[in-house]
Amino acid sequence: MTVEIEDLHVGYAGRDVVAGVRLMAAAGEIAGLVGPNGSGKSTVLRTVYRHLRPTAGRVLLTGTDLRTLTPGQTARQVAALPQERGSDFELTVHEVVAMGRTPYKRAFAGEDRADRECVAGALAAVGMAGQGARRFSALSGGERQRVLLARAFAQDPEVLVLDEPTNHLDVRHQVELLALLRAQRRTTLISLHDLNAAASLCDRLHVLHAGRVVASGAPRTVLTPQLLAEVFGVRAAVTAHPLTGDPLIAFDHREPLPAGDG
Amino acid sequence: MTQTSEVTETAVDPGARVDDGRSARRPPRAGLLAAGLGIALVAALTAAVCLGSTDIAPGHVWSVVLQRLGGAPPRPGTDDLIVWQLRVPRALLAALAGAGLGLVGTATQAMVRNPLADPYLLGISNGASLGAVAAIVLGASAGDLLGLGLSAAAFAGALASFALVWCFARRGGGFSPLRLVLAGVGIGQFLSGFTSYLVLQAGDEQQTRSVLFWLMGSLGGATWSVLWLPAAAVGAGLLALQARARAMNALLMGDETAAGVGVDVTRLRRELFVVTGLLTGVLVAVSGAIGFVGLMVPHLCRLVIGGDHRRLLPLSALTGALLLVVVDVVCRTAMDSQELPVGVVTAMIGAPVLLFLLDRRMEAGR
Repeated sequence: MTVEIEDLHVGYAGRDVVAGVRLMAAAGEIAGLVGPNGSGKSTVLRTVYRHLRPTAGRVLLTGTDLRTLTPGQTARQVAALPQERGSDFELTVHEVVAMGRTPYKRAFAGEDRADRECVAGALAAVGMAGQGARRFSALSGGERQRVLLARAFAQDPEVLVLDEPTNHLDVRHQVELLALLRAQRRTTLISLHDLNAAASLCDRLHVLHAGRVVASGAPRTVLTPQLLAEVFGVRAAVTAHPLTGDPLIAFDHREPLPAGDG
Repeated sequence: MTQTSEVTETAVDPGARVDDGRSARRPPRAGLLAAGLGIALVAALTAAVCLGSTDIAPGHVWSVVLQRLGGAPPRPGTDDLIVWQLRVPRALLAALAGAGLGLVGTATQAMVRNPLADPYLLGISNGASLGAVAAIVLGASAGDLLGLGLSAAAFAGALASFALVWCFARRGGGFSPLRLVLAGVGIGQFLSGFTSYLVLQAGDEQQTRSVLFWLMGSLGGATWSVLWLPAAAVGAGLLALQARARAMNALLMGDETAAGVGVDVTRLRRELFVVTGLLTGVLVAVSGAIGFVGLMVPHLCRLVIGGDHRRLLPLSALTGALLLVVVDVVCRTAMDSQELPVGVVTAMIGAPVLLFLLDRRMEAGR
């Protein structure tokens, strides 16, 4: 399933936060959204999982306009991992993952064997098999994030939408999470702050700046020292990673570029 | 873990079969608990009818009740009057009010995503109180109004405050938890200002007493003719909430997560507000503003069976019913000379329980 976003506008309180974004993720491809804080990454993603309604423009799932689908129909095709980290309501891991079955269930339907198997399978997929009875709020940050990812897997979606999924994770957990996503081979839209992670993971990158896409393409072609200077306002060199061959961005952490160059 | 081989098989396909018995908190436990609570509720109801200014033996109570249920004409004598006309309706009203408060509390906590939210947070009870107090103080003497008239005034007040809170909560983004709470608290305080003013205007001591008694919650108005409304409201409320139990679960994780699993969050919150607002209005109209039950019961239930609303809602209803039936027995029998208001006893039990829970939560969060 491909995701295409056409001329998307989203505004809060009369001000356009996203102004004419066009981007896409081809079937089975991992498309990354990168950009400085406030560039509109999260806002774009929120329209794909229908937390926000665009003021103009369309989101298409293999040609079907999202607005012609009910929220339930959308949720059977698109699963999201927002930045929310849950709350303190005594939920078990199993109960959190079982939320992914919501779009498949009628009002009074109980949990059947297929649901339980799906939840167990999703937990196994994130390396948390057999941990369903644990309390969600008692998990470590890394475990929590994996359980939330399992919740998205339990939706059995064609498309995954992830908003900064590696935030607050230590480097080992970041690598594990990204490896999991790579292994899924589902159409994925992901926003990432870590440009090196994005360069390594994504098949395609869209660079956002002030609510617009300023560059799109393979990481190697998009992430140039010039773009990093213009969009992110930093000095950086781009080389090849000595272990993997992926693009490796070496930032100059000593001084930002003088304002105005960005 | 014994299913290692299956786990590797399913690493890519979450739909594959893994028999993971530990991962589910199995429903039978909740079923067993519900059955136990049901039995306890019947026992408590029986005790509530037996105990009072004159004690009546359980066997006799049940024979009167079964005879009446069988449609037989009442046996002459005071037992029928005490059992069937006074104590049974009162015990049933206690059960209904408790069940309703348990439901409303659970739903309100999910709606504003705060486990410490109270059904009265949304200002409905303040409106109902104002209506009732206005009726007592401005209207005819309290004696005439202790029947349906007082309830009607209270319900009118509840509807008025519901409409006010609705108008404020829907503005700007629409029914966000913060807006709901701010609108509820603000309008609630505004209305309770008027209530306090009216209480001061009360003509005589008798009026003041009946006003205060009503404000602290009272089941004294229970008659068979009053019962149908809370019964219908609690039944309809349970169905309406149970149908949304799954969506309420998703709401606990956050609005974005709920939207991502196909929940129309604004619409759900609007529906929950209608259900909880109307149900609260009915409950407060027939029994006054009984505090702490709606806050405490969902908490207790969550500690025992967890946060899944499909189990939490019915168990909160049962637990609330059981609690309030027992509390009302205490209220009627603790002092020889007079009856205690229900709200006084629920607060005296509820506040320490709440402090204990908060303490536990902070310990756990450390």
